[in-house]
Amino acid sequence: MRDVAIIGVGLNKKWGELWNVSLRDLFVEAALNAVDDAGVDHLDSMYVGCMTSGLFVGQEHLGSLMADYLGANPIPATRVESACASGGAAFRQGFIEVASGISDYVLVGGVEKMTDVGGDEATYALSAAADMEYEAYHGVTFPGLYALMARVHMERFGTTCKQLAQVAVKNHKHGALNPEAQYPFEVTVEDVLGSVMVADPLHILDCSPITDGAAAVVLCPLDTARRIAKKPVVRVLASAQASGTIALHSRKDLASIESTSQAATKAYRAAGIGPRDIQVAEVHDCFTIAEIMVLEALGFVETGKGGQAAESGMTALGGRIPVNTSGGLKAKGHPVGATGVAQVIEITRQLRGDAGPRQVKDARIGLTQNMGGTGGSSVVHILGAA
Amino acid sequence: MAGIIGYGAYIPRNRIRVEEIAKIWGADAPSYKRGLGLEEKSVPSPDQDTITMAVEAAKKAIRRAAIDPREIGAVYVGSESHPYAVKPSGTVLAEAIGATPEVHSASFEFACKAGSEAMFVCLCQVESGRIRYGLAVGADTSQGAPGDALEYSAAAGAAAFLFGRDNTIADVNETYAYMTDTPDFWRREYQHYPRHAGRFTGEPAYFKHVLGAARGILSKTGMGPKDFAYAVFHQPNGKFPLNAAKQLGFTREQVETGRLVPKLGNTYSGSSPLGLTAILDVAKPGDRILMVSYGSGAGSDAFVFTVTDRIEAVRGKAAATRDMLDRNKVYLDYGTYCKYRGKILKAE
Repeated sequence: MRDVAIIGVGLNKKWGELWNVSLRDLFVEAALNAVDDAGVDHLDSMYVGCMTSGLFVGQEHLGSLMADYLGANPIPATRVESACASGGAAFRQGFIEVASGISDYVLVGGVEKMTDVGGDEATYALSAAADMEYEAYHGVTFPGLYALMARVHMERFGTTCKQLAQVAVKNHKHGALNPEAQYPFEVTVEDVLGSVMVADPLHILDCSPITDGAAAVVLCPLDTARRIAKKPVVRVLASAQASGTIALHSRKDLASIESTSQAATKAYRAAGIGPRDIQVAEVHDCFTIAEIMVLEALGFVETGKGGQAAESGMTALGGRIPVNTSGGLKAKGHPVGATGVAQVIEITRQLRGDAGPRQVKDARIGLTQNMGGTGGSSVVHILGAA
Repeated sequence: MAGIIGYGAYIPRNRIRVEEIAKIWGADAPSYKRGLGLEEKSVPSPDQDTITMAVEAAKKAIRRAAIDPREIGAVYVGSESHPYAVKPSGTVLAEAIGATPEVHSASFEFACKAGSEAMFVCLCQVESGRIRYGLAVGADTSQGAPGDALEYSAAAGAAAFLFGRDNTIADVNETYAYMTDTPDFWRREYQHYPRHAGRFTGEPAYFKHVLGAARGILSKTGMGPKDFAYAVFHQPNGKFPLNAAKQLGFTREQVETGRLVPKLGNTYSGSSPLGLTAILDVAKPGDRILMVSYGSGAGSDAFVFTVTDRIEAVRGKAAATRDMLDRNKVYLDYGTYCKYRGKILKAE
């Protein structure tokens, strides 16, 4: 296996409700920005992370579409789908392809165009990440599933609605420093607790939004990167993925995310480090409770203590492990297939020392955690300044 | 200079509160009230429709203008709830006000801007000298599907304007139209309720066209927000017109007089025209008024009016719009509302 580096990153200009920008335009803009940032003159292969363009815009065959519109034909182009972890899973495929020696320059992009449908259709499309036959057909939606998980966490560990709200407050505070974020403004605990209830105990400000957006990175062998990179080289220290039960009711424990623990354990082992070595992380806060449970699964805090992390300031900029410095899914936005790739971009910028007002001082090692459904799949990457 | 010589408004007495609708659908009333910026909406009685309300408003306009209705050369009705799919609303209206038979008529449809379309064509007819007086009405008993966000705002009301060249109470200084094909809201034949594209109806639809038309007419006239005493923007909810005003540099005071929606709801084709009637009820001679309508589909018509000295003499001749809005209200429960709106029918 070869060591792999990230030499280019790119997002489309701003995430949000981009009424005039199509699926392909989103992707191509981000991809061109990444290629430009990398300064490479060709690509050998590409991956497209996308959850459900079929339900959102009626388009499948994204590998072909994006290679075509990027002007990258005839290189191989493959779509990777793992629900909300599609971006993370696509990045992992790109990593494997470079590490294996099959390709030198691989572009990994993620994209989702979500606003071409109304709210009900979007909720249905997203519910396809759950177990359709045993969950979604019975009317369970994702806010409902995460509300169940939150309830159990609250019952067992005394986690409070206020602690949930503090995750949103923190991520919006970070997001306010990110001009690319969909919602770059701050909210208060009172705003969150006073916002409309979606699925008790989750208010609408506990939930990540519907977003149009794309993200892309360029990978290459570490040796090559050291030779050609225009910017500080960031190395992929570990790539790990794990699967969990797709349906929530099949879990032994509703208050923990097993697939994330499994992936994290493998990643730490591969990188030869532990959770205490992580200096900055981007995690999958599709709902505030998700960030709390993921912090526990990653070993950043003890089981049951996740609720205290945002409350104590531990995960805020300036805290022990700043989490979701980009604003997270909550404030930056959650264009499902793009999210996992965008997490890698934020950590890359942090490790390059390129994160502007969001910069975590002297960050050398960062982690990304991207999750499908309620944890049916989890992808963890550890990146390091090379 | 051609302009408005008489105006009239009509708002039904019945109201339904947001709470009453939210209760039925298990929705959170405070968040709907906050989100839509409205508290209640008007509801037509079972025997009221676009035509009857148009008649009420037109009679007030004629009373204020004090003209012989037989001299009205055109009767135009803009609505998206014309009672007949085939048969004009204008014939009944013209008959009811005594304008037949030497009169031209047309029904206009352009979602919520059908009323301002009627006003524009009427004005042109008068300006061209083809007719002496023209009557333009914007009226709707608008439809919102049960439980849909539109049900909280879809209201009923009418505004009528008589246009002429002499004895104007508000001269039309300029008009401007801004239109694209933007499908944000539609209803096909045989469908009871319109469909809409959720949040797409905001930025790329309402705001693009309202701001486009407003900026267009300001640039065409060389005017700025400070040149106006009042402005009225189409008001599908309480928030949109305030947001549009802010983006254009108008103050809350300039738009508040014509912003009826918090207590009225969205009267569709009657929306910005009814706001204009409320402004004419209080405006002083010399005051300048900007009106910008919006119709889904989508487009906006903008008008710049200047109020004349004659306004003082005519406004008291008929009921003021705010009085109809604030007085003699009857609050309905959801069941009665359903009956009145024909959502439930008595077995034969």
